[in-house]
Amino acid sequence: MHFSASEEVLPIVVIGHVDHGKSTLIGRLLFDTGSVPEGKAEELARAAAAEGVPFEHAFLLDSLLEEQAQNVTIDTTEIRFRTERRRYAIIDAPGHKEFLKNMLSGAARAQAAVLVVDAREGVREQTRRHAMLLPILGIRHILAAVNKMDLVDYSEDRYREISDSLTALFAELGLPEPTSLPLSAREGENIVQPSARMPWFGGGALLEALDSVPSPSRLDALPLRFAVQDVYRRGADRLVAGRLETGTLRVGEELLFWPGRKRARLRSFAEWPPESTPREASAGRSTALILEEEIFVERGMIASSLDHGPIEAREFPAKMFWLGPDPLRLGETYELRLMTQSVGARVTEVDRVIDAETLSVQDSCKPGVEANEIAEVLVRTQRPLAFDNASEIAQTGRFILAKDGRILGGGIVLGARYPRASLPPVHQSSPLFWTEGEIDRNERARALGHRGAILWFTGLSGAGKSTLAIQLEAQLFRRGIWAYVLDGDNLRHGLSSDLGFSAQDRRENIRRAAEAARVLADAGLVAIVALISPFRADRRKAREIAEAAGIPFREIFVHAPLEVCRARDPKALYARAERGEIPEFTGVDSPYEVPENAELELPTHQLSPAECLERLTKLAQAAIALPNRPSLREDPAANI
Amino acid sequence: MSNLSKLESQSIFLLREAYRTFQRVGMPWSMGKDSNVLLWLAQKAFCGRIPFPVLHIDTTYEFPEMIEFRAWAQQHYGLQLIVKINEEAIARGVGYATHDPVTVTHELKTVALQQALAEYQWDALITGIRRDEDPTRAKERYFSPRSSEGEWNYKNQPPEFWNQFALPPKGAGGHVRVQPLLDWTEYDIWLYIRREKIPIPPLYFAREGKRFRSIGCQPITHPVPSAASTVDEIIAELYATRTPERAGRAQDHHERNAMQKLRAKGFL
Repeated sequence: MHFSASEEVLPIVVIGHVDHGKSTLIGRLLFDTGSVPEGKAEELARAAAAEGVPFEHAFLLDSLLEEQAQNVTIDTTEIRFRTERRRYAIIDAPGHKEFLKNMLSGAARAQAAVLVVDAREGVREQTRRHAMLLPILGIRHILAAVNKMDLVDYSEDRYREISDSLTALFAELGLPEPTSLPLSAREGENIVQPSARMPWFGGGALLEALDSVPSPSRLDALPLRFAVQDVYRRGADRLVAGRLETGTLRVGEELLFWPGRKRARLRSFAEWPPESTPREASAGRSTALILEEEIFVERGMIASSLDHGPIEAREFPAKMFWLGPDPLRLGETYELRLMTQSVGARVTEVDRVIDAETLSVQDSCKPGVEANEIAEVLVRTQRPLAFDNASEIAQTGRFILAKDGRILGGGIVLGARYPRASLPPVHQSSPLFWTEGEIDRNERARALGHRGAILWFTGLSGAGKSTLAIQLEAQLFRRGIWAYVLDGDNLRHGLSSDLGFSAQDRRENIRRAAEAARVLADAGLVAIVALISPFRADRRKAREIAEAAGIPFREIFVHAPLEVCRARDPKALYARAERGEIPEFTGVDSPYEVPENAELELPTHQLSPAECLERLTKLAQAAIALPNRPSLREDPAANI
Repeated sequence: MSNLSKLESQSIFLLREAYRTFQRVGMPWSMGKDSNVLLWLAQKAFCGRIPFPVLHIDTTYEFPEMIEFRAWAQQHYGLQLIVKINEEAIARGVGYATHDPVTVTHELKTVALQQALAEYQWDALITGIRRDEDPTRAKERYFSPRSSEGEWNYKNQPPEFWNQFALPPKGAGGHVRVQPLLDWTEYDIWLYIRREKIPIPPLYFAREGKRFRSIGCQPITHPVPSAASTVDEIIAELYATRTPERAGRAQDHHERNAMQKLRAKGFL
């Protein structure tokens, strides 16, 4: 059993403020578990004696000359040891603020963390910063080690004080409560065995706590994501090389390739040696696909199953950290990389910048993000990007920003909206391109003083949609808000003049209205659509078109009892329908599905036109207001 | 997924990223166990045909068994093999008879590598180094830029996370070391050799109570006491040992931090 190839290796990072004893802790752990190579400790002791310095356990970790001379960890390192339960890769990460990039490079490989806190100093700036970074790195399991207990006389009170402040810090950051334990790395207390000097602590030694960290959860249970790295030619075959990041994939299964949603069936895997080629592959496997259909696939695409696709959009909210020597500047173009996708991107809004020293939120209208800061931002890409919320699928929910090949920051997607339809329309095989203008939506919004939005009026003929739409348009326009009404009847004179009133044609009419409204809203206008749009599914479709484009969509149910509408009959349509001149007329011989989730309901038989208008104006203004947008912290997904 | 399969997949991922990212790629190959695992993984990454040359830096102090293995593997895998010798240093008389191991290693390995880099204009070198070999190697990145002099700026390495790697700015010169085996340990290497039945030179197996655990130049590489004559026995031996892998290699022990000094100057 000892020689099993499947033996688990758990990567654990040791982090914390500078000089709180991270390297010493790992050195001690190695030493006390007998994991130091033969002769190594003696060699280091001799070297230390030669230089007239006392031997430190940290020397086992800090291997660079400069590190030993200064007793400082400059770059991350990794060492291995094993317990009865499993193998560990322990990653020592530097605590100095200026080595944050090195700390992240080490910590991003880890699945759990030991946060080391000096019992004398308690929680310090890097303690807070590192704790804040853990959820962005996707680390869920955290042990808090209160170190240097020997220097506080193994005081239970002091330990409680610090573990309480850690609990409070974690609560404030929305993290689960950490498992705390007191220890002394220098003296070897409570590392391998429970310490006789701290009999008051009943929680077990560090080694036991490590062994209690659960194994990472399985990625093959998540929706399928296959990241395309490259396409190779082998004779007549094109091999789509890449890795299954999550999910499982079987020969014969149909795949969608994002962005673009091209569809193809998996004919076979291609691996070497040929006899190792599987019929089924699961998360984590690097492989290559041979597809049934000759579709154009390239590096950067992400394949999914037909259901559970990723989000395809050009804008998303994110939480990110910045490492660049120059601040992250709003509106500046960077290279965004997410899996194997690479695309030009800008941060168009900085919502919150969190100060690691105080945990306070700084001025939310800052022009950028400084090195070592953590911020909530809005990211906009030049081409459509396929991704997931990090809370759903971490692998496709994290990205970096780079310039000239240099990685400057990284972050995770939080609170982006998935389209609710089971499957968006599939683009056929012809390659489609998206042309990006120079002016983006945010720049337009700033120039106009407001954002674009779609206000979708639905209701029976005669309920008052057109009347209210026209009044609202005038009202907004006079307040300096660019608004335009897309009226159902008007659309049918032009854009939809080829359509009749069958269910299918009505659906297409609504799709066209929604797309036209999307274009107007993208240009910065408030698009007011007044359409009976009797079916929920069609209205949901319109909402998805808007939301997929990142445009606010508000549904307004304008209603009055059928008798009232009939009595109003402003276009004499009810009269004609009853004479049988208009087949399938809503409310007469075709149903109207009442909205379930309308943002606003206007019973026009009960409210005065002035009251309706006031409510509409209020709704519109809220939808188009420039940020500050509400904090991501209010989104439950924000604290994964 | 088993730990070995995870390691294998990550290595294949890195090999494919390197091939896609760089114009001209070369892969040093010493015929040692790690090197042969790397070769095997490259066969896997590119579905049976390695699309770039492999480079053997011949110090002229190779074990004959290694040269024999080289010939066999070149044929067997259909490799594009380049053999590089620092002829200039040999002509100057650089050798173990007259020079210390650090100097010889620098001249016959590092300088030879620099000569090959200049000759073939590689912008990426795929190496077989592992973090557990040496504390300095433990500090490495998957994509590690080297200056035009081949030097490693270990004090200011670029950040790297989530399989996103730093690339050198255009026109900067130098090359990038891509290191697909970084996460592997010696123990993993042997488990994988067993699982995949990867051919390796016979020097690794015990004969007359001794075997080589790590193989370098003949004059400065010493066998360690061992009775392990099969892969299974080697795995069992490694599970129990606390002796470091490179204990039999003199160049590392010549002076304190010899490895850091060698590597800073461009040693693999």
